[in-house]
Amino acid sequence: MRRWGRELLINALAWGIGLAWIVPFLGILMSALRPQSELIHGWWQFSSFTISLDNFVKAWNHPTAPMSQGICNSLLVVIPSTILPLFIGAMAAYAMLRFPFPLRDPLFLVIVLLMAIPQQMVAVPLFRFLRDLGLINHYAGLILVHTAWALPWVTLFLRNYFSTLPREIEEAASLDGASRFQIFTRIVLPLSLPGLASAAALQLTWAWNDFFMALILIYDPEKLVATQRIPLLRGQYHIDWGVLTAASILTMSVPILVFALLQRYYIRGLIGWTLK
Amino acid sequence: MRLHRVRWERIRRWGAFLAFTAPALALISLLIVLPAMQTVALSFTDKRGAFVGLRNFIEVLSDSDTLNLTGFPPGPPPWGSLVHNAVWIPLHLPLTVGLGLILAVLLERARGATFLKSVIFLGMVTPMIVGGVIIRFLFDENAGVVTAIMRAVGLTALGRSWTAYPETALPALILGSVWLWAGFSMILYSAGLATIPRDYYEAAAVDGAGPLQQFWYITVPSLRPVTMVIVAMTILWELKIFDIVYTATLGGPGGATMVLALQMYFYAFRALEFPRAAAVATMLSLFTLIVGLWFVRTLRSSE
Repeated sequence: MRRWGRELLINALAWGIGLAWIVPFLGILMSALRPQSELIHGWWQFSSFTISLDNFVKAWNHPTAPMSQGICNSLLVVIPSTILPLFIGAMAAYAMLRFPFPLRDPLFLVIVLLMAIPQQMVAVPLFRFLRDLGLINHYAGLILVHTAWALPWVTLFLRNYFSTLPREIEEAASLDGASRFQIFTRIVLPLSLPGLASAAALQLTWAWNDFFMALILIYDPEKLVATQRIPLLRGQYHIDWGVLTAASILTMSVPILVFALLQRYYIRGLIGWTLK
Repeated sequence: MRLHRVRWERIRRWGAFLAFTAPALALISLLIVLPAMQTVALSFTDKRGAFVGLRNFIEVLSDSDTLNLTGFPPGPPPWGSLVHNAVWIPLHLPLTVGLGLILAVLLERARGATFLKSVIFLGMVTPMIVGGVIIRFLFDENAGVVTAIMRAVGLTALGRSWTAYPETALPALILGSVWLWAGFSMILYSAGLATIPRDYYEAAAVDGAGPLQQFWYITVPSLRPVTMVIVAMTILWELKIFDIVYTATLGGPGGATMVLALQMYFYAFRALEFPRAAAVATMLSLFTLIVGLWFVRTLRSSE
């Protein structure tokens, strides 16, 4: 009897907190899906309930900051910003694992310190450097910046992942005359697909969710990425919650989709580089 | 002859090592290390590039944007960005860490745990720029559910838009950031709990330890390494906070939610005061690097 009561208490608490956590998301979903006239007394009133995609259409085709363009732009930035650091980071991680080199011991410290640096620390010199290269308003600049900032954790994560691979296969390939690079691309990378998927899921989300780097490097209204358009839709004096929440849902749908599809890898990635 | 071959082999290995690591090293040095060092240099110069020692830091620290202790703590914010960041930590850190642990323990035994975990973790997946929108929405006078609840229970003072008033804007952001971030500690704690061997609990139960004792003497110490990771990552996140403030309040009203990262952005990209912006950034980095160093040290000493 007591056991049953405890079970009930645990479930009630867990579901209570879980449902409370979902309320904000439910709120913006209701605000985006229902006409303003129904929401005057709050989105939690359901005396009349109409669903319409008006707000989504308005946000998608917004006259000054269309989300359609923002989402396309974000995709153009995010895909190379995921592939590049994965490949470059994997190469570095492999070399750091398989070659003896000085600075091996402080490597972890250096990587953690690199991850601790706030983006604001590089903002002004980075802006000037990319401006001199003519890369402001160009995705190439933003992609390189995303790549560089992803490299410390991608390298650390993949180094840990590669260290779980059996070394014998590589040695056998080496005896068969395969070069280091061949071993890396033909054996190490294919064996590491789960690890690469974890890193890809995380980096895809982080690059998509980035706001600050895009804010300082992309100014052309047509080139703004999705996250940059959200503050523009807010409006100066009056907030059109319908459009703003619809745009928010559009923007968060991509990382949520990635999370839903790659959940296992995503969480393993998050845990993998933090718990050794 | 043999010695020659060994040396040649060594050079080849080094060459291969460099080829594998060169792209990563080049990008990291050019786009992180070098600009960070330039920012440090910039923080010690004036607008024309002349060395001025610590003047920028003194100016920034004596500016009420950064430190404004006249009203602290009885009066409402603005207390200055440095204080706002500092206030964020003792409120947000215990709340998210505690909540994450409680949730992880509860969800170990609740039904539908996978679903609940995904829902709670959604805040971490959401772009923080959207997180700021949701916070503003939650605490809005007309649209928000929090203000509606406050009015319903008779707390009319908390029934107006929290983000519009200096007394409530910072608490709204901090509470909202708890909601967004709790999933992080929950997921890490869940993973940590799964690594504790079952027999520990069985042995303790045989010895007559109750659930609370088991929690205190087995669960808590076993989770120490995970806790360190969570604490370090959470403090770093709190120090670097930018996006949610940008969309929820833009540092307002009247600077009541200004934080260091946003202040740096305003100095650099609105006021074009690069040396002062560099001083703010350098200060912020100093804090985050201390956290990073502490993290590596405690991790090493616990191994």
